[in-house]
Amino acid sequence: MTLLSSSPAGLSFPLVDEDPGQHRFRVHRETMTSPAIFAEEIRRIFHHSWLYVGHESEVREPGDYVRRPVGGRPLFMVRGAKSGAVHVFHNTCTHRGAVVCRHKSGNAKVFQCFYHAWSFDTEGNLAGVPDREAYGGNLDFAALSLKPVARMESYRGFVFASYDENITDLESYLAGAREYLDLVIDSADGKMEIVKGTNEYCIGANWKLLAENSIDGYHAVSTHDTYFKYLVALGTDLQGGVRGTARDLGNGHAVLEYAAPWGRPIAKWEPLFGEDAKAEIAGLRAGLVAKHGEERASRMADTNRNLLIYPNLVVNDIMSVTVRTFMPSAPDSMDVTAWEIAPRDELAQLRQRRLDSFLTFLGPAGFATPDDIEALESCQQGYASGGVEWNDISRGMDRVPQANDEAQMRAFWRRWQQQMGDAAHKDTTRAAS
Amino acid sequence: MTTVETAPAATSLGSVTRPQVEDFLYREARLLDDWDLDTWLALWAPAGTRYVVPCTDDPDGDPATDLVLIDDDELRLRLRVERLNSRKAHREYPHSRTSHQVSNVILGAVEGAGGDAELPVTAEFTVWRFRNGRATYYVGRYYYRLAAVEGELRIRVKRSVLAMTELRPAGDLAILL
Repeated sequence: MTLLSSSPAGLSFPLVDEDPGQHRFRVHRETMTSPAIFAEEIRRIFHHSWLYVGHESEVREPGDYVRRPVGGRPLFMVRGAKSGAVHVFHNTCTHRGAVVCRHKSGNAKVFQCFYHAWSFDTEGNLAGVPDREAYGGNLDFAALSLKPVARMESYRGFVFASYDENITDLESYLAGAREYLDLVIDSADGKMEIVKGTNEYCIGANWKLLAENSIDGYHAVSTHDTYFKYLVALGTDLQGGVRGTARDLGNGHAVLEYAAPWGRPIAKWEPLFGEDAKAEIAGLRAGLVAKHGEERASRMADTNRNLLIYPNLVVNDIMSVTVRTFMPSAPDSMDVTAWEIAPRDELAQLRQRRLDSFLTFLGPAGFATPDDIEALESCQQGYASGGVEWNDISRGMDRVPQANDEAQMRAFWRRWQQQMGDAAHKDTTRAAS
Repeated sequence: MTTVETAPAATSLGSVTRPQVEDFLYREARLLDDWDLDTWLALWAPAGTRYVVPCTDDPDGDPATDLVLIDDDELRLRLRVERLNSRKAHREYPHSRTSHQVSNVILGAVEGAGGDAELPVTAEFTVWRFRNGRATYYVGRYYYRLAAVEGELRIRVKRSVLAMTELRPAGDLAILL
């Protein structure tokens, strides 16, 4: 097939090619390899989306702070000592630029830039300037406070920032994804915490491959054979398999919702949890039913959700719950940062099971994630081989989406295409790349 | 290929010397580099097994309360080896070529008595991993607790603490450290 004959619109054609009549949904592989598209993604997507910063539980006490790269920029999140409010600041001194928050996390009364010793309080106010008489009283302290990120909002503890001051409010942005965050948060009665210990790894592949992979039910059986063998060795009954559906949640967000063989600390018992945890889990489940009714309680307790919040946040509520964000550093490379989130006052034995489940499946040293990494890098290497221009994402287009279909990925790609605008077209009249 | 054949006799942990421990650790490193994981597994004591790698931002992490990268008991360690020996551990099929380098070996004082006696040992490690044209590394410190089983040194606990501030330079941790 030549390039031109495969082009719906002659010399310029969309990189996301959808034709429901033909059951066709395909994505041009240039979206994964082009430096020009990568540059446009930073400009059009990452500078105009709500991006996850961290969870409020990470800065529980006044003066608590964590540093975070957000959309490729180093920021820090701090709880103000006077206001108790969470702030997200650019990590740069307003005087000459040096980093003011120099530890990865901790508690501070002031952030002092070591270069000229300007200091800022935890609300961001400029508090100290050595030898200030030299400015003759002309130093505008208010204007020289730490610079907050253009927009910052929290949804029930999940803190997001945006570099676009005109972006819609966070709740509107989250659209249908809100309900899925609520299911996680309400299952812990609103009291959640990020567990200590962070997975900070990288993948030599385009970032959108991880967006796809995080909500891909089709690959589980073939890619994760050794993980399922591990579960069987521990006594898990794999019969019943994975059954469920996928949903487009609006604004590029999407979810897989399904029943799976593994247990859930909230609140689906399996032999691995031990007989003595049975009553505890039954109690948790009964509590959910009493509070939320049987139907919603069953979703919380029995079903799993792989949730993608566009563009780069994943909250997978499976055998444990991960909060995972990823940021491209090049068309073929991304940094991944993942945390475990859990109910704050969890029974030690259930917490242990949750930790085990996380590190064996979701962790970069576990029985599954290294193989996902291999798959994504393998795709990227395959693109370099050339010869094939399109990825096929049409699975399940002519039926009610099942958990191993690709409707959820199509939701992501449609929003990507919309946000990229004219950059999501291939112009064949341009010099060949 | 040469093999390092015998572990040093260790009838009493108190009389074990640093060169004996070094020989044992070098043998372990060689088995890992040779991907002779079944023999490597036999270097472990039969009970109380713990192989732990904490997260890079929490080097003192306690597997009971904190998220760690690896927390293997006897069963999970065996299943990890089975996985790596299979052709379905895609990240390690084909296997990486590795070079486990051990140095700065320091012996602590024996703790406990009889069958429960343990010899604490620390050592620095550098593990190079080469695969698919890519070179990555892991650098850190081993914290061992060695036991004597039927006159032979055995590993009861091995905690590999990475010195790197993030795992990113290495990508993932599908190999054994």
